[in-house]
Amino acid sequence: MNFAVLQFPASNCDQDCVHAVRVLGHAANFVWHKDTSLGVVDAVIVPGGFSYGDYLRCGAIARFSPVMQAVKQFADNGGLVIGICNGFQILCEAGLLPGALIRNRDLQFHCEQVFLKTANLDTPFTSRIPARAVLKIPIAHGEGCYFADETTLATLQAGNQILWQYCSATGELTEGANPNGSVLNIAGICNDRRNVAGLMPHPDRASEAILGSTDGRFIFESMIAALEAKAAVKVA
Amino acid sequence: MKAKIIITPKKAVLDPQGKTVQTALEHMGHTGIKAVHVGKYLEIELTGTDVEAARQALNAAAHQFLSNPVIEDYHLEICP
Repeated sequence: MNFAVLQFPASNCDQDCVHAVRVLGHAANFVWHKDTSLGVVDAVIVPGGFSYGDYLRCGAIARFSPVMQAVKQFADNGGLVIGICNGFQILCEAGLLPGALIRNRDLQFHCEQVFLKTANLDTPFTSRIPARAVLKIPIAHGEGCYFADETTLATLQAGNQILWQYCSATGELTEGANPNGSVLNIAGICNDRRNVAGLMPHPDRASEAILGSTDGRFIFESMIAALEAKAAVKVA
Repeated sequence: MKAKIIITPKKAVLDPQGKTVQTALEHMGHTGIKAVHVGKYLEIELTGTDVEAARQALNAAAHQFLSNPVIEDYHLEICP
């Protein structure tokens, strides 16, 4: 499979994402933010970083980059798109995902390992995650507090669109396990069509044993499995 | 002509900056503070003279780009 990894000015996890995909034996290529086409790709990763210096609001300027039109079209056609950290913020600003990410509750930048519970295993981003597994994946953000109004939250819950929630090492959704004050301990969500997802934790930084965890692989492997299943249907 | 735009967090949104500033003010001995909200102020210098046209264009820009309606409110003022 071939992944496009977007590059904005001040993206800084683009290399990590490309590496994470290649380690799994698949292709990944950079796509510059001024490009108007993604080329022939199977999935898109919007990586972490501080696009446009986080000026105005995180992701607010990146969403107007020319490549985002191509991403929107790709998503509208059912293509798989995942936003990680700043990528999640960009997808929310672009309206591809509901809600917004605001300043962490304690005003601190958090760079640490967190534990995640997967709330829905039946999506292209989660299908390879073992049931009841507690994932250990790092976060590194100052603006990761997920916010959405009551109506949006109710829609997310009703549609099983909440994918990951911050939890304790034993899988309990406690206030203490919530690093940034996100509503309902939300760490990641998907859209109602289940082809666009975003999360604040970095699966790209948890894809090799030397990094302290390989749990992030499950997310990329889920995407690859979904793409391979789709390709098999096309051939048959 | 000049436009002034004040962007503030919506009341329902957590505003840890506002809370922290409020606590600091109280520690300094300031009393009678009910709440503090920290936002952004933008001053935009304009070349035209048509106030209504500027208001319309900047309202659109504020809604689409300068503020995020999910979490923020804005107030626009045009000074001829």
